[in-house]
Amino acid sequence: MIPGAFEYHAPQSIREATALLAKLGDDAKVLSGGQSLIPLMKLRLASPRHLVDINRIPDLAYIREADGVLALGALVRESDLEDSQLVRTRYPLLFDTSKVIADPIVRNLATIAGNLAHGDPANDHPATMLALGAEVVASGQKGERRIPIVSFFTGPFATALRPDEIITEIRVPTPAARSAGAYLKLERKVGDFATAAVAVQLTLGANGACERVGIALTNVGPMPIKAEKAETILKGQRLDDGTIKRAAQLAADAAQPAADLRGPVEYKKDLVRVLTARALRKALARVGAA
Amino acid sequence: MQVHVSINGEKHEADVEPRLLLVHLIREVLRLTGTHIGCDTTHCGACTVLLDGRPVKSCTVFAVQANGREIMTVEGLEQNGKLHPLQEAFMAEHGLQCGYCTPGMLMTSYAFLKKHANPSEEDIRWAISGNLCRCTGYVNIVKSVQHAAATLRQGG
Repeated sequence: MIPGAFEYHAPQSIREATALLAKLGDDAKVLSGGQSLIPLMKLRLASPRHLVDINRIPDLAYIREADGVLALGALVRESDLEDSQLVRTRYPLLFDTSKVIADPIVRNLATIAGNLAHGDPANDHPATMLALGAEVVASGQKGERRIPIVSFFTGPFATALRPDEIITEIRVPTPAARSAGAYLKLERKVGDFATAAVAVQLTLGANGACERVGIALTNVGPMPIKAEKAETILKGQRLDDGTIKRAAQLAADAAQPAADLRGPVEYKKDLVRVLTARALRKALARVGAA
Repeated sequence: MQVHVSINGEKHEADVEPRLLLVHLIREVLRLTGTHIGCDTTHCGACTVLLDGRPVKSCTVFAVQANGREIMTVEGLEQNGKLHPLQEAFMAEHGLQCGYCTPGMLMTSYAFLKKHANPSEEDIRWAISGNLCRCTGYVNIVKSVQHAAATLRQGG
């Protein structure tokens, strides 16, 4: 269908973009990849009266690792992540995730920042960023601030971004040695949202026990879910059949899925249980292989 | 708003509403109807064109976003009366039935083969996973892409 009419703005700098957003307030939406927003506009589920297209802002499409952080510019496309040797080899959880977002054509435009800013619990990067313990850099009229990912998602399609702010960078801590992660997503077909998906990132200590673990869930609640009880039970423990089984059950308990065409509540919760166990094992195997 | 685009090497200019989708600019305003609209939900990929060399779903891009940029549509595959090896391959391998998805398949494959000269069957299937076909079951589409890849490797 045809979207509602809007005024189009194409700022050439972050300052210009945030000034526009400050002036236009709730009537404006940021246009980044547009692969979540434009479909909503075509269905008239979203009818912003102004679009602020940030794609002309230079120097926002970088992937850089330095000083213990992987810094991703706001205009990094999902396909850029897939093509990055750095991401594939050193951030396998992120690589896994980018490959299962939508389809290859959508990924040429879809941005990782947009995937977070849209605030859709069905999007894949939120859980991955929660598992990685990332940070979002937001720029607004008052300057730049850093938002820890655990504070970023505030409700369905709602984030901690103020109306005048755009995400300019996402910062992922470089994992320590003996770390690995995995993202497992069950979807009915390529391009679908997850029936359920689980992101795991773990670090083993010298003694083989779990030093740090992040477990987060996609599309099984009104917001992306950090499975904190599952994480707590693994800290300091060796990952074996017993501990993995307990963590997987706790992750399933943390899920609050809605019944829909993808399945009933019990099925989705059990999927979380199975996917969590598999993702933990896959991450463990990746640590072992490294 | 004025939009200036280069399509298949030719410059075009049009005065459009910001909400005009790129696929409508291409089809309705510029009358290049090789690009198709197959769904309303960004799934089918029949509208796939190349924007600055990269496949995009033109139904999910506004025409104004393409201002000052280069677009290639299926009409741009033929050069000086000669069909592109992909087009020849789709004919040779019966890679289409109704033809509705075909422009999208061709554009996605064209960009894909530029980056991957010797793809496996699995590589091809993943590459076209954003383009849906209701007729063929994909088998002959994959064969067509393999056929074209071989032709291009031989310098054809």
